[in-house]
Parts: sequence; structure tokens; C-alpha cells
Amino acid sequence: MSASVGKTAPAAHLTRARLFSILGALTILLFACAIAGLLFGTAHISIARAFADPDSPDHAIFFGARLPRVLMGVIVGAMLAAVGTALQALVRNPLAEGGILGISGGGALGAIVALVMAAKIGGGEALVPLSAFGAALLSTVAVYRLAMVDGQLEPFTLLLVGVIFNAFWGAAIMLVNSVVNFYYAHSILFWLMGSLEAPTYREAAMVAVLGLAGFGVLMYRARDLNLLSLGDESAAELGVDVDRLRRTIFVATSVMVGAAVSVSGIISFVGLIVPHTLRLIFGADHRLLLPASLIGGAAFMVAADLVARVAIAPAEIPVGAITALCGGPFFIYMLRREGRRPLSL
Amino acid sequence: MTATAASIVAMRASGIHAGYPGVPVLHGVSIEVAAGEMLAIVGPNGAGKSTLLKVLGGSIKPDAGNVELFGRPLDSIDRREFARTVASVGQENAVAFRFTVMEIVLMGRAPHLGAFRFESPHDLEIASAALERFDLSELAGRHVQELSGGERKRVFLARALAQEPKVALLDEPTAFLDLKHVAEIFARFRELCVERGMAVVATLHDLNAAALYADRVLLLAGGAAVAYGTPAEVLTAENLRRVYETDVYVGRNPSTGALIVLPAALPNPR
Repeated sequence: MSASVGKTAPAAHLTRARLFSILGALTILLFACAIAGLLFGTAHISIARAFADPDSPDHAIFFGARLPRVLMGVIVGAMLAAVGTALQALVRNPLAEGGILGISGGGALGAIVALVMAAKIGGGEALVPLSAFGAALLSTVAVYRLAMVDGQLEPFTLLLVGVIFNAFWGAAIMLVNSVVNFYYAHSILFWLMGSLEAPTYREAAMVAVLGLAGFGVLMYRARDLNLLSLGDESAAELGVDVDRLRRTIFVATSVMVGAAVSVSGIISFVGLIVPHTLRLIFGADHRLLLPASLIGGAAFMVAADLVARVAIAPAEIPVGAITALCGGPFFIYMLRREGRRPLSL
Repeated sequence: MTATAASIVAMRASGIHAGYPGVPVLHGVSIEVAAGEMLAIVGPNGAGKSTLLKVLGGSIKPDAGNVELFGRPLDSIDRREFARTVASVGQENAVAFRFTVMEIVLMGRAPHLGAFRFESPHDLEIASAALERFDLSELAGRHVQELSGGERKRVFLARALAQEPKVALLDEPTAFLDLKHVAEIFARFRELCVERGMAVVATLHDLNAAALYADRVLLLAGGAAVAYGTPAEVLTAENLRRVYETDVYVGRNPSTGALIVLPAALPNPR
């Protein structure tokens, strides 16, 4: 199948025209998903009335529920997919992803601990993402260091360490759950399952700012991430300060994961499915792949959330369950494929 | 090799002691390579050939001794400037993700480009010329994972060339390649020595290749220099017998007069 991909991708290298036409096409796809997300939902509403009559229930549903939710889907999906792309480049492994490596889990625990503390001492709004960021950074560095065997990053050790971290953070979250009172139990479940429920415009704006800052840093290092695909030593020989690049990516991805987790909980596999699909179609150059993941991730998340809302309406499935239901089999498929040859997707 | 080019020392390493944590490998090795010259580093397995090359390439810091690039100490040179002057090609060339041949070769332009800058027509021209020199033009759009070992090796040599280096450090550039490709790769680098005054340092297992293509040869054993000079001076039966601990025959190719080295052990009794 690799030969057929070679034939359908005649572009030997990235040009400005190719970059902008692909990003333009993905943006159109994103708008299509966003419009569908705004038009459809559990309730049938009239968009005309939502705009015309500010006292109508249509207005309340459109501006109070659907719009913030679609916005949140755009922001969180964009960040998770871009983070997945960056982490894959960092560890040179197409199976890496914030959720799978246990980084989101660490972030979620950080967010929950901050939430519980904030209820006692106050000042929660800023504390929650900050604590999520700190815990995500700690998880990232720990997972990375533990997966080093004799100075080499061992791909399957990395995934196993991620599995252990996920189990560990999950258990820690359950522990917190059992010692705090019932009021928090709902929100803790929310973090474990991952959901785009009930965000406020303020939260959305804060997360968007953090996400864009992190993404800006990733884009600045996009060419260096390409060079990292040749190995640490070759990247260094081409002028990259590899240790510094690694630290930069650790911090930028942790900021993004921390921000995303603090509003949406653990949503896994978005950072796996989206970059993998885009890489297969458009190639591996991170100057294209990072922004393409950003836009493609947003579109994917909005679509997944729409499914979550309407599939068994009036009941709702947490969007994290949808992505995991798609992502689990997808991961197994990739793992089986990768097993047959060196990790070099 | 012109007289003026030969007088410029591209790289000089003196009194190098280096190795890995707890494992000293090199014990006071000194070498020098002039612009336009090809230097071969030969010696048995574990002699320290690759370590010496990594010291020259800056990826291993020597414990003692110093390395100079055109008269400047290595640690005074910015890493991107170094990458514009010195290109390295290692033995293993694994690539994560499916980059095309052209993309890999264009990566050689990275030390010349800013973070957000696209490759200019000038960069594309240099990459295309590098592809052409290594007979890869038709593979430009292919993914490196689809190539044969020999094609892949040439891709990485072309990438090094796209860096437009003044010094090329090649670790076993012709290992596992067939006769034709070995000859072609050396011919290309000889051209570069002459055309651009490039200094080439290559570690080699193949003593005949060293005899045929190198201007000078460094014979290493146990992390120390045994002999250093022209192929005829270094590749003597006595030196080689001592270093490789086996009998060798050193003679001349009757049709070209080139130095040849053969194992001199008796064939198995039939």
C-alpha cells in the first residue's frame, strides 16, 4: 500500500501554494462541521428565531448551549490534535498521544486536586488550568525519562509506561473521588470521561489564548521537528539544539494539554487519529502537518461531539467515549501495522 | 588537489582522548585534513574510528585535546554555523515518518534557513543538483522507506552535500554496497574534493578502497594511531599484520599499478 500512497502524493516537497491550498480545504471542512454542529442537536430550533427574538428558547439554546459547545469543540480538538502531532515528532513514534501517554491523566488529576483545594481556599478559575499544566508537564517529563533505555527512546517501553501512568492517574482520581463529598463526584466523572459540556465563554477564551500561545511555539520549531525525525544526533549535526528543543516541546505541549484538560477532561485518541490520517494523505512535513492537525482536529472534534449529542438523543454520550470508541480499534490497527516494520510511518 | 588548497588545514585534531562514560576509546590521537584532501581512517573493529569521527563532528566532546575547524576551536563555533561548514553521515540512517527523498535532501538546507522561511529557488537548485550528482533525480518524490539500502545511503550523502559543507565526515559510506556503487560514491567525493576543495574524512573497513581513493590514511588500533601518511606509507604488510593480527599480502594491481591488499592466509585444504 505504501507504493500506492507514493503515486497519489506526487508533490516531492512542501511549497507555499501547497500549504495554503491544503489548509484552505481543511478550513472549509471545519466550517461545514461547525455549521452542522450549530444546526443540529437534541432540540429542533429555528435559527431565524434564535437571531430575531432574544427571549425565545431558540435563542437560549443557540447562544447558551450550541455555540459555546461548538467553540469549545473547535478549541479542544485543535489543541489535542496539534499536541499529538508534536508529541509523535518528539518521541519519533506515530502511536504517541497525550491521552495514551498518560499526560492528560496527570493533567486531569492536577485539575481535580486544584478544584477541591479551590473550594476550600478560593481562586479556582486560574488555579485549575495552572495545576493541570504543572501535573501534565511532570507526567510528560517522567514518561519520557522512564522510556529511555540506554539513552535511546524505546518505542514500546514508551507505550507501556503510558499505560501504567494512565492506570495510576485513574486510580489517584478515584481516590480523590472517594474522599471528597458527593458534590464533586459528578465533575470528577466528567474529567474521567471527557466532555465538552457546560463551558463558559470566558473559559473558552482563556483556553484559546493558552492554546494559540503553545501552538505558536510548536510552529516556530516545526522545521526542527522535521530534523528530529532523523534522530537526535543527525538533528544536532544539522544545527538543532536538541535538548533545548525537547524542553520547549515539553512545556508547550503541557500548557496545551493542561488548558484543554481543565475544561474538557480526558479526551483520548483525537491526537492519534487526526495526525495519522493527515500524515497519510499530505505527508510528514510538520510545517504543514501541525496547522493541518490544528484545523482537522477542530473539525473532527466538532463532528464527534455532534454524534455524541444526537446519537441516542435525548440522552447524551460523553464525547470522550466517542473518540475512544473510534480510537481504540484505530490504535490496534496501527499497532499491528507498525509491528511488521520499524516505526517509520 | 592544487598546491594552494593543500596548504589550508580544514580540520586539525591534536592529542585527542575521548570515549563514552567509563569506556575510554581514544588515547591521544592527532590528525589533520587539508582542504581538497580525502583522508581515510582504517583499523580493526573497536579501534576507535567512529569515535574519532564523532569527535571531529562535535557530537562527542573530547576528554582532552582539541579540535580546530579552519584554525578556530570547535567550542567557539555556533552550532548552526558549524552545520553550514561540516556535514556528517552516520552508519545508520533511520527516518521516523514517511518523508520523501527531496524532503530529506532539503533538510540539508536547514542550517542555512530561518525558522519560518520556505526553501528559496536557490535552495531547491542546490538540492536538485545534489540529487543529480548521486543519481537520485528520479526518486525525488519517493518515500525513503521504499528505497533499497544503497539508494537510501545515497540520499543521506546527497543531504550532506546540500549543506554545502567544506568538510564531509562519512562513517563507512560504502558499507554493504556493491562494487559499482562503491566506485561511484568515491568518484563523486573525489570530484567534490577537486571542484570545491572539500575536505573528506571517511572511516573505511575496505583497505583497497582506502588505497585507491584516499590521499592520506590514518591507521588506528586500540585507540591510538599506528601509522599516518600516504596509502603506500601506511598500508604496508608489516603494519597491517601487526594491527589485524593476520597475514596480509600487499602488492600492485598489474593492470593499473594501484596498491592492493589481500589476506595472505592459506586457503582451506580441499
